[in-house]
Amino acid sequence: MPEPILEIRDLRKSFNALKATDGVSLDLYPGQIHALIGPNGAGKSTLIHQIAGSLAADSGTIRFLGQDIGGLDMAARARLGLARSFQISSLAQEFSALRNVMLAVQSRQGSSFRFFRQVASDRSLIDPAMAMLERVGLAARAHVPAAELSHGERRQLEIAIALALSPKAFLFDEPMAGMGPESSKQLTSFLDGLRHETPMLLVEHDMDAVFALADRISVLVYGRIIATGTVDEIRSDPEVRRAYLGEAA
Amino acid sequence: MTRETTINLLLALLLLAMPLAAAGLGEPFYVTLATRVVVLALAATGLNLALGLGGLISFGHAAFFGLGGYVAGILATHAFNAEPLVAGIPGTTSMPIIWLTAVVIAGLVALPIGIISLRTTGIYFIMITLAFAQMIYYFAISWPAYGGEDGLSIYVRNAFPGINTTQPLPYFLACFTVLMATLLLFRLVEGSRFGSALQAARQNGTRLAAVGIAPFNIWLVAFVLSAMITGFAGALYADLNRFVGPSMFSWHMSGELIVLIILGGKGRLFGPVAGAMIFVCLEYVLGGITERWQFFLGLILLGIVLFARGGLLGLLSGKPRHA
Repeated sequence: MPEPILEIRDLRKSFNALKATDGVSLDLYPGQIHALIGPNGAGKSTLIHQIAGSLAADSGTIRFLGQDIGGLDMAARARLGLARSFQISSLAQEFSALRNVMLAVQSRQGSSFRFFRQVASDRSLIDPAMAMLERVGLAARAHVPAAELSHGERRQLEIAIALALSPKAFLFDEPMAGMGPESSKQLTSFLDGLRHETPMLLVEHDMDAVFALADRISVLVYGRIIATGTVDEIRSDPEVRRAYLGEAA
Repeated sequence: MTRETTINLLLALLLLAMPLAAAGLGEPFYVTLATRVVVLALAATGLNLALGLGGLISFGHAAFFGLGGYVAGILATHAFNAEPLVAGIPGTTSMPIIWLTAVVIAGLVALPIGIISLRTTGIYFIMITLAFAQMIYYFAISWPAYGGEDGLSIYVRNAFPGINTTQPLPYFLACFTVLMATLLLFRLVEGSRFGSALQAARQNGTRLAAVGIAPFNIWLVAFVLSAMITGFAGALYADLNRFVGPSMFSWHMSGELIVLIILGGKGRLFGPVAGAMIFVCLEYVLGGITERWQFFLGLILLGIVLFARGGLLGLLSGKPRHA
């Protein structure tokens, strides 16, 4: 096994009496899609928030590319190459799709304290941003404000923004949520091709997508990982079947 | 040219033409009134950077306005009395030096205020900026060396090389030039990478952090720049009235700056200019009829908040779009 890109050890987070994350350990390896599944309220999003840095863990370590990132804020983690999408689309609503992606390009170039050169005519921002929109199939809607995009288009835009950061790993929180079957299929094949470029930790409810994509699956129930393994191992694990998969398997 | 650009140009021309006409007709009072519009517009343009672009509702910008004013007043007083300030540094009546000092001091004071205030958001940010401004207000009142409650008079308007600032029209033109240059700078910053990040911070701070840009740093720089512009306006205001008093620091002043922005259109380049024009007109016209003119200002503000969120400029030129 190669070194993991992302290494989580004994992560814990409680909200009063509720143990939302209860000693989670997890490794994400290069070239892999690692799916995180579990029933509603299992703490999947809470875990993603702690990895991305929008929520502080109570204890435990998160190592990314060999570095302990527990003390870094969300922006610093993103600069290191940890890109995320949100369960509920989170965009600059008044900005066009293109401007949203340009913001990520500008961040990757490490240069937000420039006060004079106009972004509207800056090819070094526009061209890479446009290329990302083309990659996710949103180029035709580049100049539409994010607020006016359809639900599915906003999800595509989130992925374009994440791509524009040239990240070392993705955290995708239910990227298929609310998408129609056709778009789900398209996104599935898109993510399939992306794994060799960038590994991803994928939270997803769409089991067809998870079984088609995942190299490894971890099952989270009440804040604990009850099983980690390949698709076949998870499908045949009796505890998983009882706790969660039930009729879906 | 977009419709808003046309309206902006018309507003600038109107603002320039009125005092020129008034001076030609021998009515210096109206020149002074126009200068008041210009200086208030400049102060609100500073706030517009933080509030309009960055979404930072600072209820304490009077602090920076007053600081700029007191810098002008204190330097001029020391020069007038031929007393050195501290350690043998003399006062001055030179506007360029006063302006520079006002801008630097406003920025230096805004830095710690910003660092502390920006740890909070929403209503707490509003309250903490208000608290800082009120602290400075009470400090000014209780500091007898510079007039305390009575303020400071500037007996002769400070001087700018090559301009007869004691005449209303040249002083107006100097202030007008400063305003136009600042608006140009505002437009450049708005369209720059920094401006992009700042506007994104207003729309969705989490999104900005998720792409690796910490909103705090962006907001802090915007807050300081914003304070510097408002401080500059404070120095001009002191010379306009040839007087500075603690009321420049009071929360009414902070509120007035916010009102100007809402009247004209927040986040819009000429919003503060349009707002200051409406405000000073109402103050003069209605103020001549009734002492309670602010009641009518309140009604107009209510109408704008309920029916025309984009202010006067929003009403005239429609929604802005980011291509």
